[in-house]
Amino acid sequence: MRVAGKGLIDRTQEVKFRFDDTLYRGFEGDTLASALLANDVRLVARSFKYHRPRGILTAGSEEPNALVTVGSGAATDPNVRATVQEIYSGLEARSQNAWPSVAWDAMAINDLAAPFLGAGFYYKTFMWPRAFWEKLYEPVIRRAAGLGAVGPVKDADHYEKAYAFCDLLVIGAGPAGLMAALVAARSGAEVILADEDARMGGRLNAETLRVDGQNGSDWAASVIAELDAMDNVRLMSRTTVTGAYDGGTYGALERVSHHCDIPYGGVKETFWRIVAGRSVLAAGAIERHIAFRNNDRPGIMAASAVRAYLNRWGVSPGKAVTVFANNDDAHRTAADLVEAGVHVAAVIDSRIDAVAQGDYRLIAGATVTGSGGRKGLESISIATQSGSEKIMTDCLGVSGGWNPTVHMTCHMNGRPTWSEDIASFVPTPGSVSGMHVAGACNGVFSTAGCLAAGADAARVALREMKMSVADVDLPEADDSAYAISPLWAVPGKGRAWLDFQNDVTVKDVKQAAQENFASVEHMKRYTTQGMATDQGKNSNVAALAVLADATGRGIPETGTTTFRPPFTPVALAALGAGAQAKGFAPERKTTSHAATIAADAPMIEAGLWYRPSYFPIAGETNWRQSCDREIGYVRNTVGVCDVSTLGKIDIQGPDAAKLLDFVYTNMFSTLKVGRVRYGLMLREDGCVMDDGTTARLGENHYVMTTTTAAAGQVMRHLEFVTQALHPEWDARIMSVTEQWAQFAVAGPEARDLLNGLLDAPIDNEDWPFMACGEVGVQGIKGRLFRISFSGEHAYELAVPSRYGDALFHLLRARAEAIGGGPYGMEALNVLRIEKGFITHAEIDGRVNAHDIGMARMLSPKKDFIGKTMAARPGLTEEGRGQLVGMKPVGTVKQLTAGAHIYTDGAEPVRANDEGYVTSVGFSPTLGHFVGLGFIRDGLARHGEVLQMVDHLRGVATQVEICDPVFFDPEGGRTRG
Amino acid sequence: MRFSGLKILTEGLTGNKGWGPHWRSPEPKPEYDIILIGGGGHGLATAHYLAKVHGITNVAVLEKGYLGGGNVGRNTTIVRANYLMPGNSEFYSHSLKLWEGLEEDLNYNVMHSQRGIINLVHSDGQRDAFIRRGNMMVGEGDDAEMLDPAGVKKLLPMIDFDQTRFPIYGGLYHRRGGTARHDAVAWGFARSASDRGVDLIQQCEVTGIDVEGGVVKGVQTTRGSIRAKKVAMVAAGRSSQVAAMAGLRLPIESHVLQAFVTEGLKPCLDHVVTYGMGHFYISQSDKGGLVFGGDLDMYASYAARGNLPLVEHVTEAAMTLMPQLGKARMLRSWGGIMDMSPDGSFIMDRTDIEGLFVNAGWCYGGFKATPGSGYAYAHLLATGNPHPTTMNHRLDRFRTGRGIMDEETTGSQHNLH
Amino acid sequence: MRLQCPICGARDVREFYYQGAAVMLERPDPDAGEAAWDDYLHLRDNPAGEHAELWSHDAGCGAWLKVRRNTATHEVYSAVLTREVKR
Repeated sequence: MRVAGKGLIDRTQEVKFRFDDTLYRGFEGDTLASALLANDVRLVARSFKYHRPRGILTAGSEEPNALVTVGSGAATDPNVRATVQEIYSGLEARSQNAWPSVAWDAMAINDLAAPFLGAGFYYKTFMWPRAFWEKLYEPVIRRAAGLGAVGPVKDADHYEKAYAFCDLLVIGAGPAGLMAALVAARSGAEVILADEDARMGGRLNAETLRVDGQNGSDWAASVIAELDAMDNVRLMSRTTVTGAYDGGTYGALERVSHHCDIPYGGVKETFWRIVAGRSVLAAGAIERHIAFRNNDRPGIMAASAVRAYLNRWGVSPGKAVTVFANNDDAHRTAADLVEAGVHVAAVIDSRIDAVAQGDYRLIAGATVTGSGGRKGLESISIATQSGSEKIMTDCLGVSGGWNPTVHMTCHMNGRPTWSEDIASFVPTPGSVSGMHVAGACNGVFSTAGCLAAGADAARVALREMKMSVADVDLPEADDSAYAISPLWAVPGKGRAWLDFQNDVTVKDVKQAAQENFASVEHMKRYTTQGMATDQGKNSNVAALAVLADATGRGIPETGTTTFRPPFTPVALAALGAGAQAKGFAPERKTTSHAATIAADAPMIEAGLWYRPSYFPIAGETNWRQSCDREIGYVRNTVGVCDVSTLGKIDIQGPDAAKLLDFVYTNMFSTLKVGRVRYGLMLREDGCVMDDGTTARLGENHYVMTTTTAAAGQVMRHLEFVTQALHPEWDARIMSVTEQWAQFAVAGPEARDLLNGLLDAPIDNEDWPFMACGEVGVQGIKGRLFRISFSGEHAYELAVPSRYGDALFHLLRARAEAIGGGPYGMEALNVLRIEKGFITHAEIDGRVNAHDIGMARMLSPKKDFIGKTMAARPGLTEEGRGQLVGMKPVGTVKQLTAGAHIYTDGAEPVRANDEGYVTSVGFSPTLGHFVGLGFIRDGLARHGEVLQMVDHLRGVATQVEICDPVFFDPEGGRTRG
Repeated sequence: MRFSGLKILTEGLTGNKGWGPHWRSPEPKPEYDIILIGGGGHGLATAHYLAKVHGITNVAVLEKGYLGGGNVGRNTTIVRANYLMPGNSEFYSHSLKLWEGLEEDLNYNVMHSQRGIINLVHSDGQRDAFIRRGNMMVGEGDDAEMLDPAGVKKLLPMIDFDQTRFPIYGGLYHRRGGTARHDAVAWGFARSASDRGVDLIQQCEVTGIDVEGGVVKGVQTTRGSIRAKKVAMVAAGRSSQVAAMAGLRLPIESHVLQAFVTEGLKPCLDHVVTYGMGHFYISQSDKGGLVFGGDLDMYASYAARGNLPLVEHVTEAAMTLMPQLGKARMLRSWGGIMDMSPDGSFIMDRTDIEGLFVNAGWCYGGFKATPGSGYAYAHLLATGNPHPTTMNHRLDRFRTGRGIMDEETTGSQHNLH
Repeated sequence: MRLQCPICGARDVREFYYQGAAVMLERPDPDAGEAAWDDYLHLRDNPAGEHAELWSHDAGCGAWLKVRRNTATHEVYSAVLTREVKR
């Protein structure tokens, strides 16, 4: 119910929203939780395992119960904390994990079976019969599990990622954080102040404390206004710092527009990477519960949340409120309620010496032993010094004390330290390099203490960064001591909850201990304690206290589980922002891309590049027709193909030749200027890294070609050799892949085509096979290489990239004019298989020069990368797969890549495995399939007939092993 | 105590007071026949098979922390037998068969779920490579199918077929692949080994390995010295430190691999999916959390935690592949220490020190190997000879070049596997 | 994690490529013997603590760096150009 005269909401701005299809009214400034409580809605969710009724427990992001689904269709957002979700006009939220409704949930039957569903029950059953696990038990368990749902519609919202840099990052804008930010900002430091709440101020907005003679919330507002006006301060509200990482890097999630109907700037959330010189963690503390029988009913809440709803939102969660506590702080709840005119039925304090702080009934030395009410709290039972009593109440605020929010200090493996004074864990200093911890998250609970600690932390951080520190006066504030006497669980029969969402009870933890799951990690994993969406923020400390008791150890020896990032869950769409659809990786396009698309050529991906598969023409109905035709261009007239995707590396300097001799197995220092040579490059482990041609354009100038796939790897390799192994060599390398557009012009008519295009005609004497040099192309300076990947008389012509599109049009038109045309990857692949030329299908990273029949390219005259390891016995002795050609000789005339080769007539199993097929194509030139592959000791087995089996494609045939060069083995066509 | 539905029923009706410890917590004895250094999945599995198959029970498993606290307790729970290289193929095939009988063997429900694994294929070349792998699997006696895009779509409707950065050409479908409840695997092996007489000793860190005249004599620990006829290292990411106590250097570099889980969601993903272009894999646990991971952070690390670049890269892959998952929220990230070997395959062998054995180099594939590794290591320890499924996995294979099993084709750089 | 590139300044680790232990700087002679080569390529001290290693500023200036870093805490002590180390 609303309470008149209380709260920081704007009562002039009414906001209508729906929850479970019912229209409700709240005010600007309400969260979904405060607005539902104002409307007396208490039952909002069901627990995970037993589907017990759940109400709102807290007033913050740690909420374990009140998880709802917001929106519908493509905007469906599951597992939203009602305590964080601000209401706006048109907000639609609904309960989840309940069927048919949250009030009448069929799965609540689980609760009746609870005695059989205790800790670890599923490890002990569902084993028989075997097949029933996948078919019966598991599907039932899966359907029952889970909270909200995603999909099936694609997320329509937009997310972003951003970077920010600052001197000081202040995490949390409560009293400690505000003072830290104020000191740093007035000192001139670049400050980022981040707070997960929409309204900065922290507990100052939830209490009736006074600071500097004014209301705490007013003081906070004045500080925020001052900071907001400063250029060196960035205020980030609705921003949760989610993780601490190495080097002063922090992750942070800004909920840009969860609080409004139409997203600001179109953005729902932004994930920030913040790099800070230092940080101040002022994340506050989280109130913990006390376990007692049936302590999980809607209406039972954190005591601090009860007064937060009163003071910040003008809502009392009940009409007759009770409080159960073991510390002084919780008495504020009763005092504030009484002050506001709400009936407080009683305050039950477990401490016999507790003193009332207002006009309410205090029952000291008593405990709550149970609760009544089916879907919401109606009464509590208490055990007093003299007996027992039942009190009618619809809201019980519980406080077992405060746990400092140490989470972020544990993100880099720091372990918190047990403090007897506050009966909780505090951060261990130095847990995160560069982070200073201040205020309640450091175990300082008075307002004055927090203000002072925040200012101190900022001063220390600034001094560490050698920055000046401005004088800032500390405001006056409450300095009362925190008095607590630990109470974790009230003894007695029945189930007493620790983890409200996962339904872990005190009994479960005790049973885990009884079964020797005595390590805190074992207990957690066995019971699922602390594994819910709050990651144990509400329950872990109490659970390990129960475990410590059950195992006869102290809490410090029992230790904690590890808090890990993120502090609160982060949407994958935010962490992965920008990657949706094509955004995952850059798209690389050649200069002929547009023309290729215009020609209706289907594109295939080669790494990040797009390349044409084939160029269809009218009348062709399948790719094979196009491919065969294009092969015909190259074999009979002339074909044109964009080969710009191959890596091109410019190498210059007096020691360029030395470098090439070292990275290639064969010699390049002996290559004449104006000539090209094929080179084989190994990794240091002796396996083939890459192959390609390198041209010598000048005495100290080479240009290397790599395969498309290995371009990056080769470039890095060359950098490694020149910078790390031989920095004394005077050689410079530069990737020029993007600078040159390069086209293969291949076929008997290749020279004729070029001679119509080049400024000076070429002939076989000036430009023999493997010649290279500069040429003029219609007045543009280009490079011509007489090299061939098809076995035909062929050239590659390169021009600066800006002329690539024009050159492609020109080459294509001239080729078509003489009966040729462009060809794509399919034709290129068949052409090279016909010639036995290898690609990374063959040099897949596991093969060495011997395997591919290139042992003679390992120069004995010099050292080179990979030389020594290539000579290891295991790489050279018999029994290895060696490159061979294959042709079908059985009844089935098809070869398939990836098929295995087995002894002919033998069962196609591993024991009879002789090798595999790497590349195949149908050769229109030869009229049959041709294939390349590796066969054990294959070089010596040409002519042998073996069995090819492709289990997956259902193809089997006999193959004859042959030389990998199927076409023009003498190479006459290349030189013609 | 035998676990059964009836036992659950009777205990439930009598207040669950009769459940006993899953394993004993004994004091270490002065001497054992075999000491296993490391109480993770592989160590516990080795103890189980030593006792069960070879009848050797005078065995201690020494664990510096808690049982199953290493990679067996922090992986993405995938179980499969889809290896290409001879040596690995037969080993993982054998391991999967052990998985298929594990619950009966251990009387422990490890929730092994053969929900199927789909390795997505994004190019013709990748399809050929996966078919080569699939043919190896079938030739090994395991299952593999090549799905076409329609087949993938039917199983994985969440994929953004129209827009995803790398087109889906199909997928290698391994029906017998799946997942298991990782912690339960460690606990099941621990319970069985303990019941059979093996001493599982937690909070017992090995601080030295005693070697005299080239023969191992025992170990020094934080709970005193313990003598042993044989000492078997099975310490995963910490293998190099353990081996160094005996003066050995291993071909291992330790790296961090992160993994992630979202909040619980209603069932939306029935299978395990791997994304061939982004080092990304994902499945949904029985609790409803999406469990996913990707590549190493790529730098040497013992921190068991990682950094944002990899977190972002992995979720970016998720977003291009399955944008419907955008509003699923990452609940927790964590890291494990991976013992990366120079060919991406494991090492299980004797060492130059008599009586000292090594089991390491599992990279980030150790979980599915748990029963197979335990079985084969037990065989090696009991008989002195490698099990037939680990004939290739010699310690000296990098020096000699014999039997290298480079599944990822990336060569000797440790972190590229 | 951030590395201080001597050429570019402090940059996020995502700009860098990690290769491995800095022993890779000391390439043995071709005839140094199989033990030396096994050491060079395969065997590693793999310390849980200070580690000398090689990185390349791949998405930056392309410089190869020798970095001293703690593998247990990820603290970075220094980063120098391999060119300087080798001279």
